Amino acid sequence: MLPEGWKARSRDEKCALRFSAWKEGSGIPFVSEEARRAYQERVQRFWDAMELRRPDRVPISLVVGFYPAKYAGITAYDAMYDYDKLGMAWRKFNEEFPADSLTSCLLITSGRVAEILDLRFYRWPGHGVPEDVSYQYVEREYMREDEYDWFLEDPTDYLMRAWMPRVVGALEGFGHLLPVTPWLEWPFVGPYLVRLGLPQVQRTLHALLEAAQATLEWVQKAAAVDQENSGRLGLPSVWGGFSKAPFDALADTLRGTRGIMLDIYRRPDRLLQALDRMVPLMVRMGVESAGFGTGPFVFIPLHKGADGFLSREAFLRFYWPSLKAVLLGLIEEGLVPWLFVEGSYNERIDLLADPDLPRGRTFWHFDQTDMKRVKQVLGGRAAFGGNVPASLLHLGTPEDVRQYVRDLLEAVAQDGGFVLLNGAVLEDAKAENVRAMVEAGLEYGRYR
Amino acid sequence: MAVTTRTLADAIAQLREKEAVQAARELLEGGASPTEIFEACRQGVEVIGRQYEKGLCFLPELLLAGEILTQISRMVRERYPTETEARPGGPKVILGTVQGDIHDIGKNMVAFLLEANGFQVVDLGVDVPPEAFVEAIRREQARVVGMSCLLTVGHQSMKRTVQALAGAGVREQVRVMIGGAATNEQVRAYVGADAWGQNAADAVRLAREWMGGGES
Repeated sequence: MLPEGWKARSRDEKCALRFSAWKEGSGIPFVSEEARRAYQERVQRFWDAMELRRPDRVPISLVVGFYPAKYAGITAYDAMYDYDKLGMAWRKFNEEFPADSLTSCLLITSGRVAEILDLRFYRWPGHGVPEDVSYQYVEREYMREDEYDWFLEDPTDYLMRAWMPRVVGALEGFGHLLPVTPWLEWPFVGPYLVRLGLPQVQRTLHALLEAAQATLEWVQKAAAVDQENSGRLGLPSVWGGFSKAPFDALADTLRGTRGIMLDIYRRPDRLLQALDRMVPLMVRMGVESAGFGTGPFVFIPLHKGADGFLSREAFLRFYWPSLKAVLLGLIEEGLVPWLFVEGSYNERIDLLADPDLPRGRTFWHFDQTDMKRVKQVLGGRAAFGGNVPASLLHLGTPEDVRQYVRDLLEAVAQDGGFVLLNGAVLEDAKAENVRAMVEAGLEYGRYR
Repeated sequence: MAVTTRTLADAIAQLREKEAVQAARELLEGGASPTEIFEACRQGVEVIGRQYEKGLCFLPELLLAGEILTQISRMVRERYPTETEARPGGPKVILGTVQGDIHDIGKNMVAFLLEANGFQVVDLGVDVPPEAFVEAIRREQARVVGMSCLLTVGHQSMKRTVQALAGAGVREQVRVMIGGAATNEQVRAYVGADAWGQNAADAVRLAREWMGGGES
């Protein structure tokens, strides 16, 4: 529930209200006053960093995939199917790697639910990828080139009745439904209701019910693990919601890389219209997934605008304007976009320092971008973090990791506005290296 | 003005899709041989390849050039159904995304650019087990292998693949390069590959250095 008078408030007031509510942590079952205090100190640390101040020390956060499963000696399959094992592994990880943020087990998702829904656009452990490997997206041209008109006219109708039946097998029935508009007049609804009776639609409805039940069984256990970890260890969950850059939303699971890259040449105007059409959808996704009272950061992974994908010109024409519009829309609601800049942005890092973005209202998480350049470009404008390399955590020694963290903090963290993070999502690593990263962060990250 | 093979090569080099396809059609109608058409295509794509290496072209350009070639090949085959796909006769490179990883955008860019530079690419696809690399090396008598991965799961798979090459006695006959977002020099050393490339242009440079083949 949003606080009263929300709409009349400025974006800065909204942002402050969100941080205060997050810091309060109401609903979190703190086991002690000490746990509550630790939680609030951690929230304050992120808040300070985000607003470009120097907290007591550099906040430390780990962006984690299936690594806790490996660490606890279970497979990725176990984590997706056996929720007790999932809870055990994520409890152990949160306890033994005391960063400043909760490592949630919700992103692992449920294998059972994926199975009931007959997910076609992902492979998951035991279903197309080995049992010890993370789920992975299967890229295809799921939205056809001749479907732009339908998408532009009514994106949600298109997604529900054309796209979803293709990517989720059990939702085939959606393809047999009519648009919802007959509901505007009850006597017109007949044909809509008749469609519900089709065997394909009934199968979909049954599958949805089954998936809903399986989701409840999963989320009750998984969310309880997160709640318990937060309350026992005083760990705030940083990401309240999620969204995507409009270009990536179209490029990843709709048109596919090949499709969208050709659209740049073959139908640039349609593409630009679709990107614009996507903006309010992506803002709404961020706002509604975040709700109120959770972390104010909205996680946005950036994919196909990175070095090597697009030229600067194409980035400025097709990638940036719609992304910027989403960022401004989220900021207007008092949210803080957490942009996970995957790959590298060395060739276009300067473009991120857009003067239209308000100071201290975005957070940039880098993977392989040169952090000294980042500091030059974003320093004093936006908080940023990164970028302990996945390869170093997997193949290096603890001493290598300590040295890396020390050098990184010396080079870019001294003025505040910085969060220590691993670069790519943590899947494979040596435990002693992850520990070394956290310990080095604690040791060298103190501000005097 | 009559269309020449030069018109076709230029249209591809400048990514004027409709013009390129139209030029190929007119050339075919005027009696041009598949070999002449494919040679013009090769020249056009080579320009795109060079621009990519200089950082002037990116993924949309590579994909569009590939798309133009596909259309022209289809047209040639319709007119000369017995004509087999004109494969470049250059040195062979075996490519694959290693076991456990199904990502292929980077690998496909490498394949395209190697072919644009006159290499023959044997693309094993994604999630390729070590044995499949060994078998392909034996079957194709190739001297260069390229392995790709986006995820860190690829580190182990790459290492296992290099070990499998050694176990099968073919490690000495090939040079191995690796690439992909999860790789760097440290990963190269770990998996025992001969070189790491940051991008598709590096792959071409390495293949040239190792085999002296392709167009320089």
